Amino acid sequence: MNNIIAPRDMFGKTLLELGEINDNIFVINADVSKATKTEEFAKKFGDRYINVGISEQNMVGVAAGLARVGFISIMSTFASFAPGRCYDQIRQSIAYSNLNVKVASTHPGLAVGPDGAMHQCLDDVALMRELPNFIVLAPSDQIETKKAVIKAIEYNGPVYIRIGRMECPIYFKEDWDFEIGKAYILKDGSDVTLIAHGSMVHIIYEASDELEKEGISVRVIDMPSIKPIDTKVIIKAAMETRGIIVAEDHFIYGGLYSAVCEVTSNFSPCIVKAIGVQDIFGESGSPLELYKKYGLTKENVILKAKEILKS
Amino acid sequence: MNDVLDLKIKATQIRLDLINMIYESKSGHIGGSLSSADILTVLYYNVMNIDPNNPNWEERDRFILSKGHSVEAYYSVLADKGYFPKEELKTYCKFGTRLIGHPNNKIPGIEMNTGALGHGLSIAVGMALGAKMDNKSFRVFTLMGDGELAEGSNWEAAMAASHYKLNNLIGIVDRNKLQISGNTEEVMSLEPLEDKWKSFGWDVLTTDGNDIEKLIDTFNAAIASANDKPKLILAYTTKGKGVKFIENKANWHHRVPTEEEYKAAISELQELMEVYLNEQNIK
Ligand SMILES: Cc1ncc(C[n+]2csc(CCOP(=O)(O)OP(=O)(O)O)c2C)c(N)n1
Ligand SMILES: [Mg+2]
Repeated sequence: MNNIIAPRDMFGKTLLELGEINDNIFVINADVSKATKTEEFAKKFGDRYINVGISEQNMVGVAAGLARVGFISIMSTFASFAPGRCYDQIRQSIAYSNLNVKVASTHPGLAVGPDGAMHQCLDDVALMRELPNFIVLAPSDQIETKKAVIKAIEYNGPVYIRIGRMECPIYFKEDWDFEIGKAYILKDGSDVTLIAHGSMVHIIYEASDELEKEGISVRVIDMPSIKPIDTKVIIKAAMETRGIIVAEDHFIYGGLYSAVCEVTSNFSPCIVKAIGVQDIFGESGSPLELYKKYGLTKENVILKAKEILKS
Repeated sequence: MNDVLDLKIKATQIRLDLINMIYESKSGHIGGSLSSADILTVLYYNVMNIDPNNPNWEERDRFILSKGHSVEAYYSVLADKGYFPKEELKTYCKFGTRLIGHPNNKIPGIEMNTGALGHGLSIAVGMALGAKMDNKSFRVFTLMGDGELAEGSNWEAAMAASHYKLNNLIGIVDRNKLQISGNTEEVMSLEPLEDKWKSFGWDVLTTDGNDIEKLIDTFNAAIASANDKPKLILAYTTKGKGVKFIENKANWHHRVPTEEEYKAAISELQELMEVYLNEQNIK
């Protein structure tokens, strides 16, 4: 299968498929269905779809109410607007009330590009990860996105899914089984470990190819399940390789980097280096120009890997 | 520059500039920028007390573009007013630019970073309240979208503005009846919109938001009003105003014109410009 599509397109397609077999699914949007790709679902299942207009806080309450009367609510907008705009509503009406709502957000990170910092949500994983009851998923390629969406909907409870906008090479097979809470080793290796989620998986994979050319053995881990996190895989990497690099299109605070450090410092301390956005807002530019400026590049991964091996 | 004809020429120039920006950068929000071009022109060339050479002048009137996505019209006006070089418009949205995709207060003339909808009116309340407390005479203006009014925060601010008797605050709604996903009344109905604002304690003035002369009269009336209520100008506009094939079409919210569409848009506006310039010569 060589037809690469963006994760958000796969999100839309998957909802359409699930709509056919599960008439309990209710999709909610706040004026951006074209961008979050829920438009097709809206056309086909008009009686299980609403557009609340530009009112994200309201959307959360409506999603919670629908869940409370028995629907599986899937609300979607840009990450800047959920959790960004409506965090308190998510906290109280979804997390604390422990309801079956899926918050599916597109347009995360610097990958948003020209729209600038306001739209570049770099704090969503941090916001969602510390909420009790929430599962947090950030899939990479289209197949993982599809499986993550299916599993999120099968699971009875709150789930946050961070859905990318950039196309990603395909790493997983159609018949592969995705499990919430598991990390996936794309390449095994023994010198250094690279971990990422979403759009950065592709970048650590490319970095590993280059490092291998220099005779360095690299373990590449795709970690779509940020909460619950695959503690075992992290501890093993901490013990079996000389250090870990975590890469994400997110602030270095509170995201996967923090999550990995929490595990290593508790069970098996080792060097863990971060590739992510420092304590600063983004700007306009193409995704790759911004990745370059803010250090989300394979060159930076390689540099940090060598630092680990030198230490 | 106060003459109505001069301002029509100005607004047409702003429309040309913003279409050039969007075409050049291949990004931006064309429909809402075109619909608000006349409102911004009247504000910046006729209504507001400002000094582009001294953007931080304490007595300046304040403006917040709550519908931050109409930034192309805003940047075009600010550049034309001399807040920054017009040349810089070419860098819009490109890597390294100051002119990022939504308003940013690092740029001279811009008070607040906006882009997430539903923030402007609360900020305006704070500024207007501050002016009152400091006995300052500056006024505060904010431009909102109509789809934007679905955000509950606007109504929290509306309540506060009348509670604090902020008659130095003028809100403007760009009532083009469209948002991204379609007609506002189909997506999340706002009507009766005038009554809503009135019931929140505001004076409401309605006008044609694409008619320079009427806009000037309406702003004058709002400013002249002697009561203690905040003022809301409900400006009925056409989304995409000035380019026929863009007008009134939801899917032109943030479409980028093709080369052919770009040329057609520019030539339509240039024709209008010719008409105005001829009128000016006759005068
Ligand atoms: C809080 C928030 N939610 C969603 C968006 C995405 N968005 C940008 S423009 C827009 C539509 C705005 O419609 P309207 O307010 O009517 O503006 P106009 O028609 O003047 O362009 C939306 C939903 C946003 N910028 N902020
Ligand atoms: Mg509108």
